[in-house]
Amino acid sequence: MALNERDFLNTPDELGNFGPYGGRFVSETLMAALDDLEAIYNKLSKDPEFQAAFDKDLAHYVGRPSPLYHAERWSKQLGGAQIYLKREDLNHTGAHKVNNTIGQALLAKYTGKRRVIAETGAGQHGVATATVAARLGLECEVFMGWDDIQRQSLNVYRMKLLGAKVTPVHSGTKTLKDAMNEALRDWVTNVDHTFYIIGTVAGPHPYPMLVRDFQCVIGREARQQCLNQTGKLPDALVACVGGGSNAIGLFHPMLADASVKMYGVEAGGLGVATGHHAAPLNAGRPGVLHGNRTYLMEDADGQIIPTHSVSAGLDYPGVGPEHSWLKDCGRVNYVAINDDEALAAFRKLTLVEGIMPALESSHAVAYAEKLAPTMAKDQIIIVNLSGRGDKDIHTVAKLDGITLG
Amino acid sequence: MSRIKACFEQLQSRGRKALVPFITAGDPSLDATVPLLHTLAENGADLIEIGIPFSDPMADGPVIQLADERALANGVTTIKVLEMVREFRKTNTTTPIILMGYLNPVEIYGYAQFARDAAAAGVDGMITVDMPPEASKPLNDEFAKVGIDSIFLIAPTTLPARIEKIAAAARGYLYYVSLKGVTGAANLDVEAVQQKLETIRKITDLPITVGFGIKDAATARAVGAIADGVVVGSALVNLVAQHQQDLTTLKANIAETMRSLRQGLDQV
Repeated sequence: MALNERDFLNTPDELGNFGPYGGRFVSETLMAALDDLEAIYNKLSKDPEFQAAFDKDLAHYVGRPSPLYHAERWSKQLGGAQIYLKREDLNHTGAHKVNNTIGQALLAKYTGKRRVIAETGAGQHGVATATVAARLGLECEVFMGWDDIQRQSLNVYRMKLLGAKVTPVHSGTKTLKDAMNEALRDWVTNVDHTFYIIGTVAGPHPYPMLVRDFQCVIGREARQQCLNQTGKLPDALVACVGGGSNAIGLFHPMLADASVKMYGVEAGGLGVATGHHAAPLNAGRPGVLHGNRTYLMEDADGQIIPTHSVSAGLDYPGVGPEHSWLKDCGRVNYVAINDDEALAAFRKLTLVEGIMPALESSHAVAYAEKLAPTMAKDQIIIVNLSGRGDKDIHTVAKLDGITLG
Repeated sequence: MSRIKACFEQLQSRGRKALVPFITAGDPSLDATVPLLHTLAENGADLIEIGIPFSDPMADGPVIQLADERALANGVTTIKVLEMVREFRKTNTTTPIILMGYLNPVEIYGYAQFARDAAAAGVDGMITVDMPPEASKPLNDEFAKVGIDSIFLIAPTTLPARIEKIAAAARGYLYYVSLKGVTGAANLDVEAVQQKLETIRKITDLPITVGFGIKDAATARAVGAIADGVVVGSALVNLVAQHQQDLTTLKANIAETMRSLRQGLDQV
């Protein structure tokens, strides 16, 4: 398909469609709440006071702008393009997720709802939600798959310390997708007084749009920082994609910059060819789940199939609908990195630059390692370091056969 | 005239309310579904809703979630669900059959192909839980070509302007969700249901069934007094879960519960 800016810059349409993707596929009970949210967001997103409140929180609570760091030693070792890290790991709570929860918490405050709920995989979005809920004095309940609770115990305890109730989800595959099912069920039941803070650019309209808008601060900053530091735009952007919120946040403000190549890195798990992965854009097909039409991992009968990734935050069978559209438009290249490659990149960046990336972000790091040597030394890659790796130390230690206290 | 329309006209002429049981296809086993459909029909069902299992039933409570998991573990597929309907139709040509499920399995089957195969199997209507009227035209058009009624949900949160939109897309009957919640929830408020039904009746003449939270003769009677029919799902699927090892006992329990619901409803 020929590249046409108009196809992907003015999205979504008023029904929440990104080309054939997106939309609002939920049971009738939620339609009124989504209509309300859309109306409130359309109003507030154009309101200078709301934007000022958002920017103020990002500056003084989150600690923005996050640095754009030239990883000189690592770049030199790879012998190709210069790699810059967008340090979302330095945000308050340790990942990009908080950009969005700050924004949605402001929306929740505006609606006057006293309770917020969230789904979480790796726990980063749960922590970011519990954090803003604590700050605003809102009741908070986070749904988390039982398997994810086992592999992310640190974040579970963090959420509890922040005053959130963490509810284990035992249905289905006991991971992120099931947590989202349970959050939607809770929302249907408590819709009168509950605001659902979705953590990624998926779900029913207007979530993919508003989460993207809140995360676009990443790309706006990175673009300007790159111009300031190097006098030119980056040649390539690399970000990991589970639901895809950190990636869309980095990519979207530069979609119109035609010279900037973009790479979304999905979780290849044990290898895309093995079927044990979480790479719907690489190996799935379009379908409808969690309120939107998008690429999915599904069987021949339309049942969602179990995914596998060493990183809980990427272990999801769907992806934000805008990514599906950007894939079909050919604007973004979607690639996959396997578990072992991500783990190696986790260790490498830690040793070479003293920066420990989250296992999710390690997928982007690993792809940049492949990409940089194919590019010239005066070219620039920006890697979105979407989160820090402290939460993953137990997982890595376990793979090393070490039990931590 | 569609089987569904004929059914409601006949019920209305006799002053009777529709009893609409729901079971999940392939639960507790692939072989049990057709005998259970006959048990339902022989014990007071006017129409029957059959759930097409889905891996991610986000509008369903724990009872039907588990039923879907059992059915999928048994290897049920959309094609097998249609085969069950075809088998049922060999001896029952009168009881309307309505499929209820999520959009993704239908989407992957292909709208046109699904509509043709479902009609050929003897399906009369379809409730696609996560397909709102705004997005329903492509599938509805295919259903209309083969005479399958598209049945839509209306919720307590649905405002009158949306009720009009839904009623315009709907055929056969409307399914009013009695409460804010998932299937099998317990907090039924009959007075609130009555108020909403009055609003809906001002907008459409379609028959209205009410579901979610109807579990026994008393709730069936209370809701039957104000609606055109009642849908009973989780209460029956609970029985399937309890007696999944023994089809004879299961059928006896289902028959007994159905007769009790029928009695409750016939007191209206």
